Amino acid sequence: MVPLSWYIMLSAVVFSIGVLGFLMRRNLIMVFLSIELMLNSINISLAAFSHYLQSITGQIMVFLVITVAAAEAAIGLAILMAFYKNNPTIKADEINLLKG
Amino acid sequence: MSHLRSMILISPELLLVLTALSLLLLDFLVRRKGTLAVAGAAGIFISAYVNYRLIKVGMTGGTIQGMFAFDGYANFFKLIFYTTLLLTILLSVKYLAIEKISAGEYYSLLIFSTVGMMIMAAATDLLMLYLGLELMALSTYILAGIVRGDRRSNEAALKYFFLGAFSSAFLLYGITLVYGLTGSTNLREIASALHSLKLAESPITMLSLIFFITAFGFKIALAPFHMWAPDVYEGAPTPVTAFMSAGPKAAGFAVMGRVLFDVFGGLQMQWSIILEPLAILTIAVGSIIALSQTNIKRMLAYSSIAHAGYALIGIVIGTPEGFVSTMNYLMIYMIMNMGAFGVVIMLKREGFSGENLEDYAGLAKRHPVASALMLVFMFSLTGIPPTAGFIGKFYIFMEAVYAGHIYLVIIAALFSAVSAFFYLRVVMYMYMKEPAGDISLSTSKTAGIALAFAVIMVLVIGVFPSLLLNFARNSFFG
Amino acid sequence: MPGTFIPSNYLPIIIICIFATIIGLSPLLIGSLLRPRRSYRQKLLPYESGNEPIGEPRYKFSVKFYIVAMLFVVFDVEAVFLYPWAVAYDKLGIFGFVEMMMFIFILLIGYIYAWEKGALDWE
Repeated sequence: MVPLSWYIMLSAVVFSIGVLGFLMRRNLIMVFLSIELMLNSINISLAAFSHYLQSITGQIMVFLVITVAAAEAAIGLAILMAFYKNNPTIKADEINLLKG
Repeated sequence: MSHLRSMILISPELLLVLTALSLLLLDFLVRRKGTLAVAGAAGIFISAYVNYRLIKVGMTGGTIQGMFAFDGYANFFKLIFYTTLLLTILLSVKYLAIEKISAGEYYSLLIFSTVGMMIMAAATDLLMLYLGLELMALSTYILAGIVRGDRRSNEAALKYFFLGAFSSAFLLYGITLVYGLTGSTNLREIASALHSLKLAESPITMLSLIFFITAFGFKIALAPFHMWAPDVYEGAPTPVTAFMSAGPKAAGFAVMGRVLFDVFGGLQMQWSIILEPLAILTIAVGSIIALSQTNIKRMLAYSSIAHAGYALIGIVIGTPEGFVSTMNYLMIYMIMNMGAFGVVIMLKREGFSGENLEDYAGLAKRHPVASALMLVFMFSLTGIPPTAGFIGKFYIFMEAVYAGHIYLVIIAALFSAVSAFFYLRVVMYMYMKEPAGDISLSTSKTAGIALAFAVIMVLVIGVFPSLLLNFARNSFFG
Repeated sequence: MPGTFIPSNYLPIIIICIFATIIGLSPLLIGSLLRPRRSYRQKLLPYESGNEPIGEPRYKFSVKFYIVAMLFVVFDVEAVFLYPWAVAYDKLGIFGFVEMMMFIFILLIGYIYAWEKGALDWE
């Protein structure tokens, strides 16, 4: 008997780790993984809510999030590869052609 | 029968998907790439016509178990998206040849992105909204980086991808919280659950509201979340920049309007308080940083940020009339912005970017027509009568004054005056400087059509403003 | 029932998992506590059947693997939708069938596109 709040807390913690990783990591692959971590933390809470509320929508959402995450991973890797071909670096600090 | 009805009501979107898929395959069969643009435009026209017929025969209401609405609100935004798409295709034909971009991929991604926007505008379910947003965003990430050999395009795509994915994760977390709180993802059911369960004051509701505003703020480039916009707009191919600054921005406003008014309608005080400083900050940041830009795409990027701020004022007010003025503004902004980018695109030729302000020196002597067009669009972006830009700002400010936000209007009007400096600087370069070297334009018939349409619309709306405003009002109120 | 997240039937499995982990880890732990530690170069080299190791242990993968992996991830995840559809096939009826055909049609176009572009060619 695990109460719902544990899942929500787990999800919030994992989401925060993802956000921190996104903001603090300098390696683009790690930044990329942080985004995946954020999406998966959302899946945890969606599945937990779905079970708790006895509503199937949450599980459908999980499917869709997984699919979108896969599409996002494919596109992100493709963009990263195209980038790497022209500038052999994956360090976020060295991406400075366009001044932000 | 309800399945069949659903199919009929989403047939414009389905036709667009079909067009995009056939363009992908046609790319292998057709040698002349201009044919693809014609085929794409034909498919878009058919889809738009079907949509028009559906409106005419009085089809309306929700479909797919209430996930999707075929209403005036969605149709107004669909008109913006169709126009953006067609203008972008017309403007890109020459550019694709110069940059050697694969035409089939390019056009089909543009269409997929537009389908995503149309789904966003029509979505009445958070699930559908998220899928539409991702379809739009994923296609635009690729479009930003479609010039694979160009480092700046690569970098733009990379930055856009990372920040876009980050913001959509926030949106998803907001959706999850709302779902957990109310047990539904349908906008209407959520609104009634929030009302009946007295959840409006719950901290979780506020948290999800903040997540939603953050995510939409990223998409429409509001001030604290605007960092990606200048880099991405500068690095992406110019027609894609034009597309991104018009379409996805309007789509962001469309979902923002629907979510804030339909779901968080009871929290109007709260979101107005959150959005008001954001609007001021956005206008200020956009107008002030644009002053120091020498790259015209970057300047237009900051101008686009500032314009998002003006459009946001209509939402801050929180009245339906306010949102009507935002819709009006988005349509006008789309047309004048596409026009301005159209002239920038024409300056591009092989081995020459034509993106610096100096490249415009003395343009009026060599190419009086192009300069005159740019003059009209710059006047319109500044908001000088009798152009459409003036009308857009005027209605927004008027609604804000009616609603009692006089300080907001004063600040916005001041920054609007500041913005005149950098818009009119382009005009000054064109008309008062001597041409530095030989300037040749890559003109084409298609770009000519697009620019003629844009300039006529800017002037017509400027002279007869009630046409568009009444259309927006009728669309909003049903 | 909301709240019953781990059904009690699964309790033996959890116990088995815990015991399996303990049994697996304990010899390693005991060994590492008891054995003497004497390290010299030959011993620290990676084990390659007694030969001297040749080349770098970190091997750069060909970029082709990534393209195939990307295609795999996308098409693989689509199976997520096929499975529930197959389970609920009787309830969904002809409309579900038509919709799934549309879904597969779109995937098919993507597949043909990838094929024609040469993304599936190894050479």
